[in-house]
Amino acid sequence: MNNLIDLEKKINSELTTKINKTSIKHNQIYVEIDKEDLIDVVLFIKTNKDIKFRQLIDITVVDYPEETQRFKIVYLFLSHEFNHRLILSYTINEKELISSLTSIFPSANWMEREVFDMYGVNFKDHPDLRRILTDYGFEGHPLRKDFPLTGHSEVRYSEEKKKVINEPVKLEQNYRNFDYESPWEGTKYIKEISEINDKKN
Amino acid sequence: MTKKIKNLNLNFGPQHPAAHGVLRLILELDGEVVEKADPHIGLLHRGTEKLIENKTYMQAVPYFDRLDYVAPMNQEHAFALAIEKILNIDVPIRAQYIRVMFCEIGRILSHILNVTTQALDVGALTPSLWGFEERETLMTFYERVSGSRLHANYFRAGGVHQDLPAGLENDIAKFCESFPKIINDLENLLTDNRIFKQRNVDIGVVTKDDALNYSFSGVMIRGSGIPWDLRKSQPYDCYGQLEFKIPIGKNGDCYDRYLCRIEEMKESVSIIKQCLSKMEKGPIKTFDGKISPPSKKEIKQSMEALIHHFKLFTEGYRVPKDEIYTAVEAPKGEFGVYLISDGSSKPYKCKIRAPGFSHLQSMDYLIKGHMLADVPAVLGSLDIVFGEVDR
Repeated sequence: MNNLIDLEKKINSELTTKINKTSIKHNQIYVEIDKEDLIDVVLFIKTNKDIKFRQLIDITVVDYPEETQRFKIVYLFLSHEFNHRLILSYTINEKELISSLTSIFPSANWMEREVFDMYGVNFKDHPDLRRILTDYGFEGHPLRKDFPLTGHSEVRYSEEKKKVINEPVKLEQNYRNFDYESPWEGTKYIKEISEINDKKN
Repeated sequence: MTKKIKNLNLNFGPQHPAAHGVLRLILELDGEVVEKADPHIGLLHRGTEKLIENKTYMQAVPYFDRLDYVAPMNQEHAFALAIEKILNIDVPIRAQYIRVMFCEIGRILSHILNVTTQALDVGALTPSLWGFEERETLMTFYERVSGSRLHANYFRAGGVHQDLPAGLENDIAKFCESFPKIINDLENLLTDNRIFKQRNVDIGVVTKDDALNYSFSGVMIRGSGIPWDLRKSQPYDCYGQLEFKIPIGKNGDCYDRYLCRIEEMKESVSIIKQCLSKMEKGPIKTFDGKISPPSKKEIKQSMEALIHHFKLFTEGYRVPKDEIYTAVEAPKGEFGVYLISDGSSKPYKCKIRAPGFSHLQSMDYLIKGHMLADVPAVLGSLDIVFGEVDR
């Protein structure tokens, strides 16, 4: 398949029920599926001779804390033969287990460990699901939106105890998040105050 | 009486000079043969992706220098391209040539470091002394254009920060004349060197299928004989207008990867020469005042320019809601940025795809059955830099 539109048609016709939505943007094809169909869809796009997405580029998660289906799991694929990129995604809620791709792509191993470490998403059938980037004994999942930028604990060497210790973060000054809303539109809190005042009057 | 033999567990790193940074490798040895390798990474984890989510697009650029810190501008390039594609802005042709030229300088920087330290790991000291002198010259080019030898912070969405200073083009041209001789010298020392070949030939062999399955890219995939280079297959900026060849290996071992890197340096020199000859005077960043800051002179004369300047450096520019993956051919392989913007002036999410991450992951597969002494050789040819692996 040399053409993205043909490719989109092909995927849609072969996997009719499994595909929720496809679109083409920025010369890439975006495919949305359900969690249960992951293995079938990935096997199909990897092995079908007209598609051949034989390389898994990366796995990542986008966190939308205010939604019930909180996590959007994203898989990036590359086809060398036809020079296309495909972005596969589905959403899950916080506690759901998802299938591991390690049996299809060995490189998924560390990528899934990273997802587990950073977002706390759990995989079934993963051979070795340990934390990967954070420290030994770390708690929490740093890339979740509700995890503070400064973290919860800091490390220092204690002269009294003669060892490295963990302490809760103490900051001289909190992280400052300035509100740079356009002065013409007005900042949110001023808007809210003026709305309250309007109602009173 | 039978004697029980227990495998030996060896802790390699994180403070070992051949670990190329802060790699901790737990090796299970049967005699001198490696049975299993378990790399522990994350000792240099700084939470770059989290930090980028809390910074404006312009403030996020310097974080990219700190990923693969031996070729900083190549990474800025991926981020700049991602924003440009979402905002749909055109980059002036001179800026494209400047960016490509500095990316190729980055490639040479990275390959010199890798080839010479790989030689150092297997026992040759001289190449690193000769190679690092050239790196120093290249880093002065970085310094002259951006003010900093390593952490350049030079690429912007829509172009580059400043035009080249006077005389730099000539000096880079001079370097292009003298550098091929240095590559020759390095090759004389290494290519036919008996010890170097003994340590590298048939070590860490990657087959074509495994190179795909393990998500290899860059020299790691070309060394195995797959002709794949994003500069050719998915050209970005002005790579489409330049002529260059893609060297590929045959056996997929450490030695072939070394040869690929040497040939790539020669191609890079030719790309830099073409850029220099094709470059014409002109603008170096987009004129859109909502994205690129005005010049000092304009600020003094125009109220509007002053407002733009103020807004750009406080609020930053806004990027419409979108989702994109862009990749560039960094010296180590495919470096990608998966960017999700939400219409504000900060990225909602910015996932960085580092080539070293998937290369290092295959350590267990590459080293199984090899001798302990082959570990540094394989590690050297993987071209690992911990800034990008740990992010």
